[in-house]
Amino acid sequence: MCLAIPIRVEALLADDMARVTLSGISKTVSIALLEDVQVGDYLLIHAGYALTRLDPDEAERTLDLMREAAVPGLAEMQDWRP
Amino acid sequence: MKYIDEYRDGTLARAIATTIASEAVPGRHYQFMEFCGGHTHAVSRYGIEDLLPSNVRMVHGPGCPVCVLPVGRIDDAIALALRPGVTLCTYADLMRVPASGGGSLLKARSAGADIRMVYSTMDAIRIAEDEPGRDVVFFAIGFETTTPATAIAIRLARRKMLRNFSVFCNHVLTPPAIRAVLDVPDDDNADEHTGGVRIDGFVGPAHVSTVIGTTPYVALAKHFRKPVVVAGFEPLDMMQAILMLVRQINDGRHDVENQYIRMVSEAGNLIAQRAIAEVFELRASFEWRGLGELPDSALQLREAYADLDAERRFSITTVSTADNPACECGDVLRGRTKPAECKLFGTVCSPETPMGSCMVSPEGACAAHWAYGRFRNRVARQPVPAAT
Repeated sequence: MCLAIPIRVEALLADDMARVTLSGISKTVSIALLEDVQVGDYLLIHAGYALTRLDPDEAERTLDLMREAAVPGLAEMQDWRP
Repeated sequence: MKYIDEYRDGTLARAIATTIASEAVPGRHYQFMEFCGGHTHAVSRYGIEDLLPSNVRMVHGPGCPVCVLPVGRIDDAIALALRPGVTLCTYADLMRVPASGGGSLLKARSAGADIRMVYSTMDAIRIAEDEPGRDVVFFAIGFETTTPATAIAIRLARRKMLRNFSVFCNHVLTPPAIRAVLDVPDDDNADEHTGGVRIDGFVGPAHVSTVIGTTPYVALAKHFRKPVVVAGFEPLDMMQAILMLVRQINDGRHDVENQYIRMVSEAGNLIAQRAIAEVFELRASFEWRGLGELPDSALQLREAYADLDAERRFSITTVSTADNPACECGDVLRGRTKPAECKLFGTVCSPETPMGSCMVSPEGACAAHWAYGRFRNRVARQPVPAAT
């Protein structure tokens, strides 16, 4: 039912539709639930409808927070070998 | 892939796990429920439980839309599909859910019913337009994530004046389900006789929250004094959310926090909310598998759209039907029973021959455990001593 991953908009089509591509597979999805979708946006698609748009700044900030959360752990893991 | 791979960094995940282990208070037991089936899948797939310290445990929740749909409603859908002239459109993951008497949509299709798997509600609209001679019914299920898609289709059907399209609505709401899970007495030694399972906090659903936002959880967190952290589906999202929950417990807080801020806002998707509110209203009561009858927990079409409501058009009266008595899906959905504790798990019940809904849907706890976790608890076989 859901592809739980952000997918990039390749083209905007008529009737509130957009073409998205993932690993070479192209699909037409509805963007009726979003405003001002642009080519290059990353959308979350659920059962053929885009529910939300990824915020690139927040995505980067989240990664920074993750790296921060990992700092104490990495210090303890210095002896760790994969 | 951009925005995916960076959130799957194994070294970072192990490091955050080490941070969790150092911040979790020794001797204190933390038990968090991941409400959503997508998270259940992620927990199993990425071995999240194996990364966590032994005093931080995850409990699977009821957030799998296929799993919570009661048998009676599947029976209704099968009866609809078997009517002459009716074409039933359904999401694919419903096809194999066991119904009464060993039936399923798949078996009904084999028996001649016109049942078609669709990817989206738009496909169902297209079928109704292309085949005016067929009475097309869309089998609408799911939490707040799929509800807007159904609402848009209903509005479109009205605009196009499609007389041969209707919706069999089974949409349910997340907050009442969280409430139902928490509305039992806490019990540290939960078993089938006591019924309760202790939950210290929630990993809040990702996609549901893109639609409803984080605000609806505030009242729940406050009332039950349990922290909620809305999280994404990637393994690092899960690890970070669990760390946030551990920190809240340690601080004695029960706030709603948003780990998935790149996708989820406080207010949610207002266009989607407006579409839902225009087309749907609260249903007085709805039966959930595992949770029983819950008041104000599901939606039905408003009077203004009554002509597109399959329940009225076909006078559907649902008969509540008991699950297979040996199947423990109900308790698995409440977090009382772990999949492997069900005596059917892995014997007669597997994804090839599912006895219950938790094994059918890929989001179900049993299917996730079957695919990724069932060898985890096996004790390594002792080497056979060499013959002397």
